Amino acid sequence: MSLDGFNACVRFGFGARGNELQDIGADPKGWLLNQLQPGPPVPPLVAKRARAGGVVGQSVKEIRQAEVSVGKRSIRLTRHIFQEETCNRLLNHIQTDSPFYERLVVFWSNHFSVSASKSQLGGLVNEYEVQAIRPHVNGYFKDMLKAVMKHPAMLIYLDNVRSMGPNSPQGKRREKGLNENLAREILELHTLGVNGGYSQKDVISLAGVITGWGLKNSPNGPLIQFAFNQAVHEPGSKNLLGYSIKEEGLAEGENALTLLAEHPSTAKHIAIKLARHFISDQPPKEAVDVLAQSFMRSGGHLPTVMQTLIDLKQTWEQPLSKLKTPYEYVVSVIRASQLELNKQQLMGSLRQVNFEVFNAPSPAGFDDVSQAWSGPDSIMKRIEWAYHLAKKVSTERHPVQMAERLLGSGLSAQTRQTIVRAPSAVDSIALMFASPEFQRR
Amino acid sequence: MAGSDFSRRNFLKFGSQSCALSLAQSYLPSGLLTAAEKLDKRLMVVIMRGALDGLAAVPPIGDKSYVSARGQLALPQNSEVLLDLNGFFAMHSALKPLYPLYQQREMLVMHAVATPYRERSHFDAQNLLENGSDKPFKLSSGWLNRAITGQAGGKEVIAMGSNIPLLLRGDWQAGSWSSSVLPDVTDEFLERVQQMYKSDPILSSALGKAIDLQSMTDESGGKSKGGRSFVELMGKAAEFMGPSGEMRIGTAELGGWDTHANQGLDQGPLARNMGILAEGIATFKEKLGSTWNQAAVLCITEFGRTVRANGSGGTDHGTASVAFLIGGRVNGGRVIGEWPGLSQLYQGRDLYPANDLRTLIKATLNQHLGISNDHLSQVVFPQTHLINLQDKLFA
Repeated sequence: MSLDGFNACVRFGFGARGNELQDIGADPKGWLLNQLQPGPPVPPLVAKRARAGGVVGQSVKEIRQAEVSVGKRSIRLTRHIFQEETCNRLLNHIQTDSPFYERLVVFWSNHFSVSASKSQLGGLVNEYEVQAIRPHVNGYFKDMLKAVMKHPAMLIYLDNVRSMGPNSPQGKRREKGLNENLAREILELHTLGVNGGYSQKDVISLAGVITGWGLKNSPNGPLIQFAFNQAVHEPGSKNLLGYSIKEEGLAEGENALTLLAEHPSTAKHIAIKLARHFISDQPPKEAVDVLAQSFMRSGGHLPTVMQTLIDLKQTWEQPLSKLKTPYEYVVSVIRASQLELNKQQLMGSLRQVNFEVFNAPSPAGFDDVSQAWSGPDSIMKRIEWAYHLAKKVSTERHPVQMAERLLGSGLSAQTRQTIVRAPSAVDSIALMFASPEFQRR
Repeated sequence: MAGSDFSRRNFLKFGSQSCALSLAQSYLPSGLLTAAEKLDKRLMVVIMRGALDGLAAVPPIGDKSYVSARGQLALPQNSEVLLDLNGFFAMHSALKPLYPLYQQREMLVMHAVATPYRERSHFDAQNLLENGSDKPFKLSSGWLNRAITGQAGGKEVIAMGSNIPLLLRGDWQAGSWSSSVLPDVTDEFLERVQQMYKSDPILSSALGKAIDLQSMTDESGGKSKGGRSFVELMGKAAEFMGPSGEMRIGTAELGGWDTHANQGLDQGPLARNMGILAEGIATFKEKLGSTWNQAAVLCITEFGRTVRANGSGGTDHGTASVAFLIGGRVNGGRVIGEWPGLSQLYQGRDLYPANDLRTLIKATLNQHLGISNDHLSQVVFPQTHLINLQDKLFA
């Protein structure tokens, strides 16, 4: 078996589960391309909402205040939903047979990062990913951008629900004004990139353009549901990046997002992020250029861009240089172990490696360079966690055979020897999990 | 592990000595202290991520334009809320645990201070704040790492938290620490992992550092559980940096400053966060005991916030803010730096960046740690020969 199968499985996926490496066989590109088909069904584990019907459409106040009984205790509904749904998301990644597609979901979800730490968004973040990210991973970037900006999770997270046009009827009456937060991050993080050629004036213009993008009002207060509120929309035409955006209410924002999605700076920004994620911390310029061209030519058609990525020679070069995030590490080790862990064990695993899903420290999402995850404490925590997990793995299988099945040609002589010479089967398995082959992707 | 007489202490001793030796050989620049000369001073750098509203923390209540410029965010003028500093500036009461330090002249404030960054991206601004150059991403190492290269022996630098911030990244491999709920793995097992990592320098060096640190915690009474909060981390840092600890330089991070909405006045999210900051520093001082007389804490943030409230009772990204220098040797009880006033604002919205943060950092590194001005102006903050502070920061 060539190194290409290992590469497809680890660089583009979550590492082998069962006989995945053998199933990939001699056609790693075919295996990857198969996962780029439009409209894959939502996996049952993540389609299921912890609160029947989800929270979108419900009253903000009721959802925030609601409590549920779990065993003998009463906990906040939003916390309960977050725990249940985040656990199912993890389980889905452990069990999936479309790991490349799922990696892309995680990538885009991090690109359009929202945090469960803010305003009880915990009950909403997984639903956000299913509704705004998943449907567009194998579709068009501009559609994902619009779906994200119309989702209550993003509108709440980056304060657009509070923004009011200073000259709008409500803004004048209540003497309130703009909140630049979402507009700035759209330009800086989601589309053009920080050096993409916009100014503070463009931030203010875009903030004005998207005033009114907020939550639906009801007699009992706002609902967790998108609505365009004309009464807080800043009137008049705005100037964005030298283009005039005519007064058109909701359509203004849609036109502005289309403009941004099709901008060459956006193509370059996305290309850099993809190359950094799938190639190396310092992405090669040639690769970035080719990806950006593909993005521009296809109108931001993401499967086309991904096919370009797969066709790059740089995505098949060994050795793998990226360090897995603690999340990717936990997923890959549990996949390899084939253990059936319960909820406490799954969520405990993430805690033990200090990783908080949907809790990136800033709207920029989690860092995507090795240095962000290679702190001594972080590496030690992975090893400690893996060591204790290894004790649970059935020792009937011969550890070396297990390593060969899971890593194929990727298994180095050094690691193989370490596994063979270990004093016990548990140590063998733990060493395999701690190995560089498991830490890198 | 049965049959193994491998004691962690022995293994560690071997590991750390060889590590310190190789680092000292590779990275010791001329003209600086050698690793053998023990550094007795302590420096803790606290990064306040998200941009602290300096006008809320240290309001210039004596400025004629304060109330009009600040609008709804002007703090109520009473002694419950405002702790007087010098008649002109006051301290927000949420920072109360720091007030006695100011009164004892162990704390100074630099106001209207900023890095050279003049845009409004957190991520670029933090990158520049930590890399020490004049552009985001211009350098891939941190100024603190470059400053201490050659200053301390192998085990003496620590990031409080799982991962190492850019500020401490670079040639000099720092340690990092957070509490663990898992029992230790055996020494023998770790030794095998180390062998396996021989050809992977990043993993190998990270694990070596982690093992060193674990032994220190083992010696100081086992691992504590929980304790991920800033206050607990600062307490733990004091153990590492105290009389029996080996750490001399540390970093800690506190987020939660990006107050875009309803930041509050004397109460509210911003006041709560300031309370956490102050309590963390007070805990650090208390746990350090007499070592406090050798210690300094430098608190810095990436930029300031708009002077006026935005449409939702918060503040958007601005320019200048405050920095704090606190410690037993600090020549404090002062608010330093040029005050630009609030009658005219930078770009019509922000506090003017009248003072360069790098001057405060350079002076601290020079006067507290004895790092030469040449090294500071060439390597730590490249091309800053003319950017200096004439002030005796330490008594």
